[in-house]
Amino acid sequence: MRLIYEKSVKGRRGFKLPQPDVPEQEGIPAKFSRKHKANLPEASELDVIRHFTNLSCMNFSVDNNFYPLGSCTMKYNPKFTEKIVKIEGFLELHPLIPQLLGGGRLAQGALEIIYNTEKLLCEITGMKAFTMQPLAGAHGELTGAMLIAAYHKNKGCRRRHIIVPDSSHGTNPASAAIAGYDVIIIKTDKDGCMDIKEFKQKLNKDTAAVMLTCPNTLGLFNTRIKEITGLAHSVGALVYYDGANLNAIMGKCRPGDIGFDVVHLNLHKTFATPHGGGGPGAGPVGVSGSLVKFLPISRVMKRPGGVFYLNYNNKESIGYIAPFYGNFAVILKAYAYMLILGKDGLIKASEYAVLNANYILSRLKDYYKLAFNRRCMHECVFSASRQTEKGVHALDIAKYLIDKGFHPPTIYFPLIVKEAMMIEPTETEPKETIDGFIDTMIEAAKLAETDPEKLTTAPRTMPVKRLDETKAARDLNLRWKPT
Amino acid sequence: MTYIPHTKEETREMLDIIGVSSIEELFKDIKPDLRPKSFDIPKNRSEIEVIRHMQELASKNAAHLTNFLGAGFYDHYIPAAVDAITSRPEFYTAYTPYQSESSQGWLQSIYEYQSAICELTGLDCANASLYDGGTALYEAAMMAIRITGKTRIIMDSGVNLIYRTMLYTYTSNLNIEFVETPVVHGQSSREQIYKHIDERTAAVIVQNPNFFGAIDDHSDIIEKAHSFGALAIMSVYPLSLGVLKTPGEMNVDIATGEGQSLGIPLSFGGPYLGVMACKKDFVRKMPGRIVGATVDKDGKRGFVLTLQAREQHIRRERATSNICSNEALCALRASVYVSLLGKEGIIELARLNHRKSEFAKDILGRVSGVEVKRSSPTFNEFTLILNKNADVVAQKMIDKGFAAGFPLGRFYKGMNRYLLVAVTEKRTKEEIEKFAEALEKVLCD
Repeated sequence: MRLIYEKSVKGRRGFKLPQPDVPEQEGIPAKFSRKHKANLPEASELDVIRHFTNLSCMNFSVDNNFYPLGSCTMKYNPKFTEKIVKIEGFLELHPLIPQLLGGGRLAQGALEIIYNTEKLLCEITGMKAFTMQPLAGAHGELTGAMLIAAYHKNKGCRRRHIIVPDSSHGTNPASAAIAGYDVIIIKTDKDGCMDIKEFKQKLNKDTAAVMLTCPNTLGLFNTRIKEITGLAHSVGALVYYDGANLNAIMGKCRPGDIGFDVVHLNLHKTFATPHGGGGPGAGPVGVSGSLVKFLPISRVMKRPGGVFYLNYNNKESIGYIAPFYGNFAVILKAYAYMLILGKDGLIKASEYAVLNANYILSRLKDYYKLAFNRRCMHECVFSASRQTEKGVHALDIAKYLIDKGFHPPTIYFPLIVKEAMMIEPTETEPKETIDGFIDTMIEAAKLAETDPEKLTTAPRTMPVKRLDETKAARDLNLRWKPT
Repeated sequence: MTYIPHTKEETREMLDIIGVSSIEELFKDIKPDLRPKSFDIPKNRSEIEVIRHMQELASKNAAHLTNFLGAGFYDHYIPAAVDAITSRPEFYTAYTPYQSESSQGWLQSIYEYQSAICELTGLDCANASLYDGGTALYEAAMMAIRITGKTRIIMDSGVNLIYRTMLYTYTSNLNIEFVETPVVHGQSSREQIYKHIDERTAAVIVQNPNFFGAIDDHSDIIEKAHSFGALAIMSVYPLSLGVLKTPGEMNVDIATGEGQSLGIPLSFGGPYLGVMACKKDFVRKMPGRIVGATVDKDGKRGFVLTLQAREQHIRRERATSNICSNEALCALRASVYVSLLGKEGIIELARLNHRKSEFAKDILGRVSGVEVKRSSPTFNEFTLILNKNADVVAQKMIDKGFAAGFPLGRFYKGMNRYLLVAVTEKRTKEEIEKFAEALEKVLCD
């Protein structure tokens, strides 16, 4: 489709500003003014609406398609939450209002929501306190790593490294490195979990923390998890819980109960806030009692009389990690989601997420090689290695699924599984959709044997065929330019 | 309400195929000693009840105040067409466009957004967005450190204090030296910046308009920075770039900014939009997602995520940043917003902000007990010096229905009587006049 810039017609306008109701003033001095106009498109409102509406139709989305993108928890996003964020009292509230003298009373509703959400997340995870400020999962990880650093610094030591398993999300080692730590990688054992023997060898007094996802990115719950947290604590190291996969265990296990010290959650995964094409998300961080004092400024507190206020007086805090209180509109949606589901609904979400994943695992394991032959939690990881022998790769299967109307699973991750296909159906998908997906996957496995070209030339039904990514990176074209 | 569609029969069939008798059996890896000590969550509620509860909470917030409060986050009007587009589930229920063929709508939208940011900033390349203006500035500082291999940063104190504080937080465990230089009569102190800049300097960071609303031409500072091999980073207010001299025209290397002004609601602090653009020489060191144009097998134009070799999912601990998402839906809002305004509309809008703000300066300058700081030209925000403590004045103004502005005393020593006032296109002549009347009453009380 042509760019909105290429559709531009000189003289068109999409929005009319009011006539100035104040007298003309002296303009901005030329010295401080731009010389050339910004070449923005000239389009009518309908031009703009039609352009972006047509663009929207070129996307797969949860509302259109099954979207079993592993580790991303693409569950249904309830519509009532969209209505809530548009209530004027939330939408138009300036974040500095409660920071004005006497302004706190004019943001009581917003502060109460942040406070209540923190409390709910504490109960779901077994942590002592939460900060709602981190603006995404990876931002939560960085915040967590900084909290870990503050904890050790406070004890008078500078521990140098953070341990992560080789199955971890790429953000884990990246966040640890950006917080100033060396990263030590531990390999995965034959059961699909972090190799405890190697872990014991690498763990020492210089270990600041070990970062784990549980269930891990292979969809497997580590049955020796308590042993790992115990070992880490025995050398004074902390244990970090990457909550990307919390959707597997709500009401079944709480990180805080089994020795995790720092937890980040992804509200856009477990708590059904929309992924927005890549954001905004929210990555709140929970901590155990000994780390509460390091949480970012400010914190929402409640006075005995029930009045909420912002506390800025925390000398040991790591400081400001976000301009305000987090992605408030996202927090709002997650809060509403927890309220509508309630205790039983949250537990059921995890139960049916695990049921759906195991159903897929059971029906596909005869056609694709399972990365680890165990029952899974909320996602299952297959390898297309058998198909690769016939010249068909995970990428080809993914593209074939697109032609059949399914968003592909996460592919080529975790990195430790050759030709990985990581499938996370979530609890909100009905059996017939999942059956349709499974049947298509089986069909693809058969085509790999009989007619691989059907797969290697897919997709054929999309606005474009396979794109030349090498050219994109070599001949960089990152913007429209006026001719 | 659970949004789980399974009937009892379907659940039974699925369990049978798995070969277990109950769902609970699927959780047997979680041994009894790993089970929750508590799970005390309130029981479910209906949609009607939750909506009512949220409306009650919303009514406790002050959305009714006439807003003269800015400080980096502004009350601009958002055309209805912006929401019409971003409310489309084909956009908001999708995720990062990993599978390009089935995400061309998103990828093209981001490419168009990047184009708009390049046009506004006058720079060559933009990324697909970062979390907010503060984290974008932090990422820019780290980018400059990576590019130059140096670790000293000179930062003008006209940079939003919230952002400066965020930068200190993020770098507290890293060996980075910061030097803050003062603002003199609203402008960056050349004297102080030149005194501190040296061969060890990675970057000079300035903001335009600065936190006090003053506009400046930083070209001379930037030239000086370059002469020492340092980069120039500028935090901007994107809407003002409809008229203000661009980072590109001042030869800035990396521009960042809070994109909230481009069609994103205030929403009590987020989600917002981290804008980032840079010169083309530095694009491979830029963090965040980047979309590029390419062709498909038939030679047809299409869009992909590109330069992914910089990113965490490939490079892990050696990545340019840990960032893995962007604020795509907010970037889309910005792109729709600037497309509606267009080439002429963005100029008119910026001029209207300036005109109303100048009018307000004039009216407020006549209020007894008020002195308007006029040492520098401003865009749509300016500083008043009051005859009373600004915190107390702002508090009294709330009772009169106004968010009067941001008192500077908390952030700047010795400025207890200073009030930062923002005037956007939404403020009418009548509101500005009533604001002046109310202020006069408060000051003369």
